[in-house]
Amino acid sequence: MVQYSRARLDASFAALSDATRRGVLQQLGRADASITDLAVKFHMTLTGMKKHVGVLEQAGLVTTEKIGRVRTCKLGTRRLEEETAWLENYRQLWESRFNELDTVVEELQRKEKVDGRKKRE
Amino acid sequence: MDAKRESERTPMKNPTTVERKSERELVVTRTVKGPARVVFEAFTKPEVFQRWWVPKSFGLSLLSCELDVRVGGTYRLVFSHNGSEPMAFFGRYIEVTPHSRLVWTNDEGGEEGAVTTATFEEKAGKTLLVLHDLYPTKEALDAAIASGSTSGFSETFDQLDELLLTLGASAGRS
Repeated sequence: MVQYSRARLDASFAALSDATRRGVLQQLGRADASITDLAVKFHMTLTGMKKHVGVLEQAGLVTTEKIGRVRTCKLGTRRLEEETAWLENYRQLWESRFNELDTVVEELQRKEKVDGRKKRE
Repeated sequence: MDAKRESERTPMKNPTTVERKSERELVVTRTVKGPARVVFEAFTKPEVFQRWWVPKSFGLSLLSCELDVRVGGTYRLVFSHNGSEPMAFFGRYIEVTPHSRLVWTNDEGGEEGAVTTATFEEKAGKTLLVLHDLYPTKEALDAAIASGSTSGFSETFDQLDELLLTLGASAGRS
């Protein structure tokens, strides 16, 4: 059905609003790289690069894996991400439905009360 | 006592949970304020059903809704999303136990369609609703998820991909 995650989209675009982060994605599109590599390439401190990678990771655009003492970054693997995102979207659909259901059920109960009173009168 | 006061202070919505229970099962739960009889009615009376099943906040609009809630009876819903091509959802009811249980098929997916079991369990004036989708195979549920992703989420990523391509191309030129 309708799968659309505003939050995820916002996170993605926020991540892409920065030139360095766009550069990092382009770089990772060519080859995986360690945070140290990326920091050198973009003339940044390790801490600064870690922050950028963190934002990209949050948005699901990049995944990182620590092997030994090196943290390697690669473009996000989407399949698992997609399932998680799909479940969340599905949940949001149901939540919207149930919120409206709450209103409807409340109304039906109010109506029953009124009708019941009328009958007794 | 304290717990009661706590719940009074925060009259908030009950949580909706979604879980892939197994390779073939998807389960949605929610507690609704109201007796099972009334919640059941909201599932079975078309004029009530259509007021909540297709939430406006999702950009959905219902074009038609027919429910013949009895064993062997069919249902058919047609809706569109933000003015897109209409989508039809249809199937039939396999089990109808007033106020406690409804089972229906989802035939728009052909043989890959899930069977949905909805149970209504009343407790202290509230109803625990459990919607359980059982798919015929793991692949069918995977496909449902993948196609769902294609219809919206991948679209998002396609847009991102395009954007990145454009950005890459302009970076190459400079």
